[in-house]
Parts: sequence; C-alpha cells; structure tokens
Amino acid sequence: MKESRARTAPPPGGIAPALPPQQATVVHEVIARLQEQPGALLPILHGVQDALGHVPDGAVGPIAHALNLTRAEVHGVLTFYHWYRREQPGRHVLHLCRAEACQAVGANALEEHARHVLGTDFHGTSDDGAITLEPVYCLGNCACGPSLLLDGELHARVTPQRFDALIAEARKA
Amino acid sequence: MNEPVTVHVPRDATAKALGAEPVAAAIAAEAARRNLAVRIVRNGSRGLFWLEPLVEVATAAGRIGYGPVQAGDVAALFDAGLLGGGAHALRLGPVDEIPELKRQQRLTFARCGVIDPLDLADYRAHGGLRGLANALTMDSDAIVRVVTESGLRGRGGAAFPTGIKWKTAQAAQADRKYIVCNADEGDSGTFADRMLLEGDPFALIEGMVIAGLAVGATMGYVYIRSEYPDAWRTFNAALAAARAGGVLGDDVLGSGKHFHLEARLGAGAYICGEETSLLESLEGKRGMVRYKPPLPAIKGLFGKPTVINNLVTLASVPAILDHGAAWYAGYGMGRSRGTLPIQLAGNIRRGGLIEMAFGVTLRELIEDFGGGTQSGRPVRTAQVGGPLGAYIPPAQFDTPLDYEAYAAIKGMVGHGGVVVFDDSVDMAQQARFAMAFCAVESCGKCTPCRIGSTRGVEVIERMLAGVERDRNEALLRDLCDTMVNGSLCALGSMAPFPVLSALDHFPEDFRRAAAGRAA
Repeated sequence: MKESRARTAPPPGGIAPALPPQQATVVHEVIARLQEQPGALLPILHGVQDALGHVPDGAVGPIAHALNLTRAEVHGVLTFYHWYRREQPGRHVLHLCRAEACQAVGANALEEHARHVLGTDFHGTSDDGAITLEPVYCLGNCACGPSLLLDGELHARVTPQRFDALIAEARKA
Repeated sequence: MNEPVTVHVPRDATAKALGAEPVAAAIAAEAARRNLAVRIVRNGSRGLFWLEPLVEVATAAGRIGYGPVQAGDVAALFDAGLLGGGAHALRLGPVDEIPELKRQQRLTFARCGVIDPLDLADYRAHGGLRGLANALTMDSDAIVRVVTESGLRGRGGAAFPTGIKWKTAQAAQADRKYIVCNADEGDSGTFADRMLLEGDPFALIEGMVIAGLAVGATMGYVYIRSEYPDAWRTFNAALAAARAGGVLGDDVLGSGKHFHLEARLGAGAYICGEETSLLESLEGKRGMVRYKPPLPAIKGLFGKPTVINNLVTLASVPAILDHGAAWYAGYGMGRSRGTLPIQLAGNIRRGGLIEMAFGVTLRELIEDFGGGTQSGRPVRTAQVGGPLGAYIPPAQFDTPLDYEAYAAIKGMVGHGGVVVFDDSVDMAQQARFAMAFCAVESCGKCTPCRIGSTRGVEVIERMLAGVERDRNEALLRDLCDTMVNGSLCALGSMAPFPVLSALDHFPEDFRRAAAGRAA
C-alpha cells in the first residue's frame, strides 16, 4: 500500500486538510441533501464518493460537524467499509470477484492475470491512471463466473482474453 | 398496424452481463426495420442462467423461449418467424415445459422472470397484493398465527421460526417499531435476493407491509449491497411505483393504515449480513456486531423493537397470506417446511435458481438439474451455505437438504447456495481462503474471530510448508474449537466449518501440499 499523503504540521483550524472549493461545494450539497435522514452517515459517504470518486479526508470534518459526530467516528466508519475509497481512483474502477463460486471457474488465475496486465496489486491503479483494481467478494453472478464489475457494469464468464478486451476498451475511453 | 407482439428480454444483472441489453436493442431495431409491432418487456430472470439471455415471445400457444440469444442472432430469428414462435436452432419451446423449470416448485419465485417487475398491474394480474388484501381484513394476532403455522423459518441462514420472531416484536411495547429487510446477500454462490429485487420487487414490498401490520410497525428499511448496482436501481424504481400505486404510504390500499419503506445501500462489508451489525450500519455506524440479548425484536433499530428478516423470508409471506398456512406447510420435510430457493453455482453446466421443497439432495441438484461440471471433469465437492458452509464430499451428496439433516453432518443449508468444484480444486487452499476471508471481513469486536482467523491462516500455511504438520493440525483444530465456541456471531463461529470439513474429508490435500513443498 502506498501512503503518499505527506503529513505536515497541522493548520490552526485542525489537522484535516481543507477541501478545494469545487469539492467543498459538492460535499456541502450532499450533506444538506441527506443529513436529516436517520442514520445519515453511510448515505452521505456514498453521495460524496458518487460525486467525487472518493471521500477526501477533508470531507470528514464537515460531515462530522453536520451530524454532530467526532471526526474519529466518521473516520472509523469511512475506513471500516471496503466500498469507500479515500484516494482518487483511476479513470475506471474494476471490482474483481475473488469469492468461491468464481474460484471454482478460474478466478485465481484471472486474478494473477489482472495483476500482471494492470501492473498493480489490489487497491492500486495502473501506471497510466486508467484502471483501479479492487477486490470484491461476490457479485451475485455465481452461476456464470468469473465475474467483474467495471464502472458498475457486471461482466460474466470473463476469460483472460475477454479481460484484455475490456481493459483495452476502457483504456481508450 | 397489427396488435404488437410481446417479447420478454430480461433485465436481470446476469442476463445483462451475458448480453441482454444489445439483444433488446437489436429486437427493437429489427422489428422497426421490418415494420413489425413489438412490445418489449424487460422481465426478471427465470433463473435458467445457461439459457440467458432468454428471449420469450408471447404466442397463442403460450410463451415460447429462445436462448441463449446474442444480438447477432436476432436478424436470423426474425427470418425464422420469431414473433410467431417459429422454428430455429435456439428455440426452446414453451418456457414452462423446460424440464429444469417444470420440475421446480415455485412458490416464492412464481412471478420472477414472468412479469414486468415494475408494473404493478402485471403484479396484480399474477396474484400480487392478494396476501396483503387478506392481511388487511385480519387482526395482527391472526397474521402472526398464519405465519407461525406455515412453519416458515428464516431463509438467511439461521432458520429461526419467523412467526416467533414476529410474535416477540408484536408483544413489545414502543412508540415506534421497524421492519428491516436483510438484502445484504454476501454469501458466494447466492443470488436469490438479487433475482427477486430485480425480478419481483413488489413481493418483498408486500411482505414487508404485511409484517408491519402484524407487529404494528409503520416504517421499514431494505438494506441492499453496494455490489448489486442493478438491484439497487430496480428496487428503487419499484419503491416509487409502489408509493404511486398506494401500496406504500399513509393509506395502504385504501385501508387508512400507514407503512413507509426506504432502501439503504451497504458499503461492502460482509459482516453487515449479520443482523445486529446490519442495524448498526443502518444507524450510520461501523458494522460492529451487538451482544444479544437484547434481541432486535425487543431493542433493534434506533433502540426500537425491530423485525429483521432475510429478503426471501419476507417475500415468501404474501403467498402464505394468500394461500394459507397449510398450503405452505404442505411442502417440505421434518421441521423444514415450505420451499428453499437453491442457487446452483460455481463449476456447473446448468447453473441457476432451483426452488424446491426441502428434502432434495445435492446429487439430484448437481446431476439432474446441473448436468455436472462446466469443465466436464468429475465433481470433487460442493460448498453449501456460503463461505461459512462446509465442503460436502460426494459420499454425502444423498443427504436431504433440510436444516436438521445438514446440521447432523456438520454442514448448514444457510441461504441455499451450492458452489460446485471439479477435481482440480486444492482443498487446503480453500481452507486457507476461508480463514483469510474471515480475517478480511471480521468486525473485530471479539478476539476468537479477529485474532483467530489470522492465526488460522498462519497455521494452515505452516502445514502447507510441511512444518510439523501433525502438531499444526492439532493446533488448527484447537483454534477452530475456540472460534466455534467463543465467537460472538456466526462469522467467527462458522468460518471453521469449511476448514474442518476440508481437513476431515480431504486430508490428502494437506499432506500432498506438505510432501510437495517440503521436498
């Protein structure tokens, strides 16, 4: 895992980095839209990630403030759930299924192939910034594996050849 | 122009992953080009996944199936007279007569793949809302009694009697109560929840309204996995249709009763399929398992009495209220009443959803329905009940699928997932994976699960490296015993099941690995 964020002295207002203005606008819009519903934290984190591709650390403070939680509580939730991402992903996000039903039809070999082709391990992004590779445990396509989700679209019976074709297409887009 | 011909092309996620979208587009384009009137209905899937995309044409002789259809086949299908049910190499005949479907007992999935999942009128035309209409004429005790007498047990895996759970929540006094649907279907090899969300979502909605009437709850939540984007979209569209159609809201079917329902999205944590951590997650917290007692039925969501049931359980309720408890209890064996939607998956030629009364065997499922492995190699094992379920050897394939019979062979039926493996599987690696998965997904609250799973991976790796194999096996069994008996929830207490079953039934894989690597 790369830990690229440099930790410098905390600014006077707190340790969280400030959000760039466009991101701040998005985060506050999402908070305003969802904060009144009961148990709003997960919906807000989804809303931010859907809009920005990730949940920047600078969003933690405003969310905590709006929900009357500590930053630690929001950070705890953000890091507990595998679906949330704190770093900007590549242009495309690929969730590769690692669960048993896909293993039974060659997912382990496909996983090796994916790491090799993309030149990255899970949670990483290919060098050209095109594809972020994430593991997933079951996509509910278990009779037609191996399965993957590319930008939210499910693909079935993914052979290494089909994987390469999907990647080539995604890299063009 | 003539009356349009109705053509069904599934919107189910698996069907789409196999090419249903371009097929639907090609049918529309081809019909337009030939100046033929076609009405395309995007239904759910019948669950015959080896035939997807399965195109069905409504004819005077019933619905005629064609499959698996690719977009490139569409012009030739029109040439062959698709809209009249004409002969073609892909023609399957009347869909209801397909042997793998005809043999099933579809009670909960009766409409799945048949109707337009977002058309309330179609739902009504196929028996929908009759159970709710009955429930609205009954008092809450009577509803709970019907569910109890049907023998319905929780289909999520724990198999707790649904009527008893409802009775507990009904008896609890509170200003608010909740109905929560657990649609966090994280078990590998399962897709029944997903199919219903995409194929018959009104059945779930109707079941939850009935549950609300039974226990006095007016608010419900459906917790859907983020890994199911199609199900999420379809179910939210169904919610909007149900609100517009008066099934949900402040005047349920004109009765003056209230019931409101919302969908919530999970965030990729397997543990949230455990009911108390799901409630924590709905409250906006980390999915940490709660101590029980108090039971959720007494103190659940936001501290209020809560019925939390699996999706299949809730979706089975409308038919029970429609046809009666005795009708449902007439299926099944022993204390396992009714039907189980079995999901046949993994290395299998004809995989899909098989709804049958309890008592069917793995041999019937894998050989008769499934036609053996996809690879053509011999079946070595099947994992039943998800990643926490045992690996069953062929010698036990004649055990009837029944909660008690499976418990007797140290297995579990779980949510009904069956994952088939051929003889190329390395069972020692499967055992290692079970522990590694538990380590990734543990919520961390209890020590046996949090630490035990990581130590489990290490011990198995030492065995595979040939280091003191027998001593490490004893240590692994001891560790499994600690996890089984000392964990707070099913994740830690059942993750040893696949490990121990691999060790008991396939010891040679652990030795072979050791011999190979120690040399």
